[in-house]
Amino acid sequence: MVNVPAIEKHIEVTGLRLSYGMKEVLHGISFDIRRHEILGVIGPAQSGKTSLLRCINRTIEFTPGTHVSGTITVDGEDVRKVRDVYALRRKIGMVAPLPVGLPLSIRENVALAPRSAGLTRKGDLDAIVEQCLRQAALWDEVKDRLDSLGTKLSGGQQQRLTIARALSHQPEILCLDEFSIAIDPVTTMRIEEVLKELRHHMTIILVTNLTQQARRLADRTMFLWKGEIVELDTTDVIFSAKPTDPRTRDYVEGVFG
Amino acid sequence: MTEPNSATPAPPAFAVRAAKRAAWAVVGEKILEALVYLCGFSAIVFVLGIFLFVFKEAFPILANDNFSLTQFLFSPEWYPTSEVNKRYGVFAMIAGTCSVTVLAMVIAVPFGLGAAIYISEFCGHKTREILKIVIEFLAAVPSVVWGFIGLTVMSRLIVQYTGAPVGVNMLNGGIILALMCVPIIVSISEDALKAVPDSYREAAIALGVTRWQLVWRVLLPAAKNGLLAAVLLGVGRGVGETMAVLMATGHAVHIPNSVFDSVRTLTANIASELGEAPAGSDHYRVLFLIGVLLFTLTFAVNLIADTIVRGIRRK
Ligand SMILES: Nc1ncnc2c1ncn2[C@@H]1O[C@H](COP(=O)(O)OP(=O)(O)OP(=O)(O)O)[C@@H](O)[C@H]1O
Ligand SMILES: [Mg+2]
Repeated sequence: MVNVPAIEKHIEVTGLRLSYGMKEVLHGISFDIRRHEILGVIGPAQSGKTSLLRCINRTIEFTPGTHVSGTITVDGEDVRKVRDVYALRRKIGMVAPLPVGLPLSIRENVALAPRSAGLTRKGDLDAIVEQCLRQAALWDEVKDRLDSLGTKLSGGQQQRLTIARALSHQPEILCLDEFSIAIDPVTTMRIEEVLKELRHHMTIILVTNLTQQARRLADRTMFLWKGEIVELDTTDVIFSAKPTDPRTRDYVEGVFG
Repeated sequence: MTEPNSATPAPPAFAVRAAKRAAWAVVGEKILEALVYLCGFSAIVFVLGIFLFVFKEAFPILANDNFSLTQFLFSPEWYPTSEVNKRYGVFAMIAGTCSVTVLAMVIAVPFGLGAAIYISEFCGHKTREILKIVIEFLAAVPSVVWGFIGLTVMSRLIVQYTGAPVGVNMLNGGIILALMCVPIIVSISEDALKAVPDSYREAAIALGVTRWQLVWRVLLPAAKNGLLAAVLLGVGRGVGETMAVLMATGHAVHIPNSVFDSVRTLTANIASELGEAPAGSDHYRVLFLIGVLLFTLTFAVNLIADTIVRGIRRK
């Protein structure tokens, strides 16, 4: 509502089907994500939220036996036909639900992506490291020990490290998959403030089990259930007393069985 | 498989049986525990026993006035059967062992690590299974067969392609030893790489790094301890190997100047001379002293490898 050119489609998903071996987990879903919006994705466990994100940046290809059909376009380009998949992945920042600090120093964790993209000047890298760690609300805690191992941080700190890492290659799209499960409420609020700031520069897909988090942040919210979209509408409608589908209200109110 | 009659008397019978089994279990467990304990300690007994035996055979020479330990370690003159002036210097053989081992490692380490990286990160499932079987097969080739290959095939190739006067030399020994070390290095390195969790791979890939950058920047640092242990175990193998190097190196007591020189290793020296040295003679005792030296060398290498592996587990 704040964004004037919000109608522009950043990501378009058409008839996306995904199966792991014989088991189909996404049953032909279609929707689009507008530039610079925050799209909340809610839904019970196993509904295919994580799998959906992995299709967008094509990391799904690393799980053997998966089959994807339908199309996903980013900036009008079919992700499965892009010439440089690495450039595509750099366009998309991904924060996985379980914190994965790479077994490198904190500095190298954040500098890995820009360095791999060809940035070599130490000054530039240091600036990126600091900026990203600040955005992830981690800088103050680690600024004195940037050269110690990222894996030695606490769970919540590692989670924020992965957020800093996802921001390090200045993505146009940021996918957050339950980013706050290991983070305390106060820090979560700080990061949510940062997200509100970031949405002016990037499109954000926010997968969350905390429906209230989607309510606080998302412009539009999608309710995914068993691999199908039950409802996708503005957050106001989804969380109103009368969403279009009664299942949405049940889930939001926590009476979903 | 229905037992209609067992329904009625089941509860008491079950209780009695359970009690009896528990008694058995207690005794059985005790026996098993003792057996396992024994097995564990027998390893220590064997190692100590071997060391003591070798050392006992070697010890009298250390007390002998004509023998100097400094000369033993630092003189290249090995004339154990000379009539007038017996000299027992093993420096040339230490140089031989070290040079052949180093040469073997220079060949085997890049090759082994490369193969491990390919198997664990780049090849498909089918190829991986096939390659692993082939590599296990390579590891099972007896060392005397390797020596035979060195003596015939490899030596002919070396003469043909390098113009060296003799084909059995340090290069030959190094290559043969490298071929023997590669399977060890590959399988341990591959385990080390496989132990790196997939979540690291996916996290790095999601950042847009290429597969090579993934290997170079993430996997190798993550697995470095395991890879180092693999290399050191390869070195241990190189230092301890006898038969193949005996046949492939040419067996000349000589500090090598180039890779085309013949060398003799500590192990090969023991194997070839022990049969002719009269039991209890100085020569015999010096050979055992070489055994002690080897024991110390391999022990040191294994200890380093082990410390490093322990370092990995602690992580
Ligand atoms: N690597 C995999 N191999 C096989 N099946 C998988 C794999 N990953 C996910 N699945 C299956 O796909 C379905 C959707 O899983 P997904 O992780 O996308 O759900 P989710 O909505 O993210 O759930 P959660 O809220 O628990 O994170 C599940 O039924 C799951 O069992
Ligand atoms: Mg998930």
